[in-house]
Amino acid sequence: MLRYQHWPDQDAADGARHAVAIVGAGPVGLALAIDLAQAGQPVVVLDQDDRLSDGSRAICFAKRTLEIFDRLGCGAPMVAEGVSWHTGKVFFRDDLVYSFDLLPEPGHARPAFINLSQHRLEELLLHRAEALPAISLRWQQRVTAVEKTAEGARLTVATPDGEYRLSCRTLVAADGARSTVRGLLGHESTGQTFHDRFLIADVRMEADFPPERWFWFDPPFHRGQSVLLHRQPDNVWRVDFQLGPDADPAAERAPERVIPRIQALLGPQAKFSLLWVSVYTFACARMARFRDGPVLFAGDCAHRVSPFGARGANGGVQDADNLGWKLRAVLRGQAPDWLLDTYADEREAAADENILNSTRSTDFITPKGAISHLFRDAVLGLARDHGFARRLVNSGRLSLPATYDGSALNTPDADAFEAGPRPGAPAIDAPMENGWLLDATHGGFTLLAFGALPDGAAQALGDLVPPATVVTLPAQGLAAERYGARDGAFYLLRPDQHVCARWRRFDADAVRAAHARALCRDDAA
Amino acid sequence: MSKLVTDPNIGAPDDFYAALIDAHRGLPEADSHLLNARLILLLANHIGDLEVLRQAMALARAGVAGDKAAT
Repeated sequence: MLRYQHWPDQDAADGARHAVAIVGAGPVGLALAIDLAQAGQPVVVLDQDDRLSDGSRAICFAKRTLEIFDRLGCGAPMVAEGVSWHTGKVFFRDDLVYSFDLLPEPGHARPAFINLSQHRLEELLLHRAEALPAISLRWQQRVTAVEKTAEGARLTVATPDGEYRLSCRTLVAADGARSTVRGLLGHESTGQTFHDRFLIADVRMEADFPPERWFWFDPPFHRGQSVLLHRQPDNVWRVDFQLGPDADPAAERAPERVIPRIQALLGPQAKFSLLWVSVYTFACARMARFRDGPVLFAGDCAHRVSPFGARGANGGVQDADNLGWKLRAVLRGQAPDWLLDTYADEREAAADENILNSTRSTDFITPKGAISHLFRDAVLGLARDHGFARRLVNSGRLSLPATYDGSALNTPDADAFEAGPRPGAPAIDAPMENGWLLDATHGGFTLLAFGALPDGAAQALGDLVPPATVVTLPAQGLAAERYGARDGAFYLLRPDQHVCARWRRFDADAVRAAHARALCRDDAA
Repeated sequence: MSKLVTDPNIGAPDDFYAALIDAHRGLPEADSHLLNARLILLLANHIGDLEVLRQAMALARAGVAGDKAAT
């Protein structure tokens, strides 16, 4: 149990005062707190519970999320403990239709995905957060009122020993799908609710299935529905059975109903034990705006998706990644307040992309009406022999990081690039002589220089605030290939490793202008 | 923008029509529906151009009596 602690500022006559308060100590809230605190920005985190999440929550954490956790100093233990995978298999009725590889090339530090329970992931984030003295983690502290003020936000916080007031310049609501803060401010998250019910069972068993994502459409052991199987650490398997809209959730949770379903999948001889069973439905929804003055909304609080595609927790961690550096720059006076508007702009577009993908997956997996069903089965029937039909099969378009096309922070290409991440896209990993490219870009803004930096270039950028670290890479080799930079090129990366701008030749003024633009500053050209 | 071809484009129209009907010969209705769906998917991939496909879908739908959106 996470213990309540009485903090001295709870007794302050005019209330506690903090620059940043985050509500919700889930993956998104903790990631943001770590990002701020490891750069020296104090932050208070409030959570109403006395424990981390349990049960069947997120399990698939994508490469980009792991890269973000690497930057936050906690990716390695997650990858060490999680089950790495990159292969997915799709079955239709009795047959394997095809398999796909989500990371078909070597030369990346992190795998396409790891499977790890959200509970363990949160424990590892918490371990990292507890090592950072700039984080004040407050358990069993529940927000009961939120008021926007001229200076920021003022909260009323209920604790086991009474209420106190807490004022902050910026409030981040990362308190989940049923967000208290969102409700107190009168905002809604709206969208489409799906009626099909699904059964999740986490079972422990000795089995020799490989660490792959297996998806069955209409399998012989669960006729007319879909089934998804994932391997987790410690011989735990996640099985997700589609039940249809008419299933009785209470009856379906009963072990005498669940066990035969699993036996049908594994065979009558299989030995397993049930760790967790739940029946759920889901919705795709989002808030109209992810910012309301001093309050920013992140994670499931701001947007929800179906589980197919692993876009929920992964999308939320990308919210934190996007917000952390912007908040730091604004609080330090290095950027105007409206840099935070670009958090909302960029992440709303990302949420739309995630919702679109997840809605389409859901429509394919649970077709509505006879004709949708017919086309779905026609696609699956053609997919085994025909490549074009495989591209139409949608068992979940698995989480990829958003590219912030059209963002005000991007400097459009002036030079031609045939390859490489375009402005707004996340940087691509590649091996370096010692270590990995992405690990070399953890220090804030980064200038990737392929080939030699011209004389005086580093000095010409020496007074950038916040500074840009120069990372020099060879003009030949895998990194140069991935960045379309075989003849030399320069990439300016934001602190969240998304590309601000890129050039074929070094031009200090252009770099300065792109840096200023990425911070919404007037000195942008 | 590519335009859906609606002028005559099949060299031997009677042969095509006979082939289409023949393709369904002897099939129970449910299988015929599946055949049609497979055929649409195969032809759509052959055409490839989403703009053309959208025009074809709109035109096909506009001619269906039950479509209230088209009126």
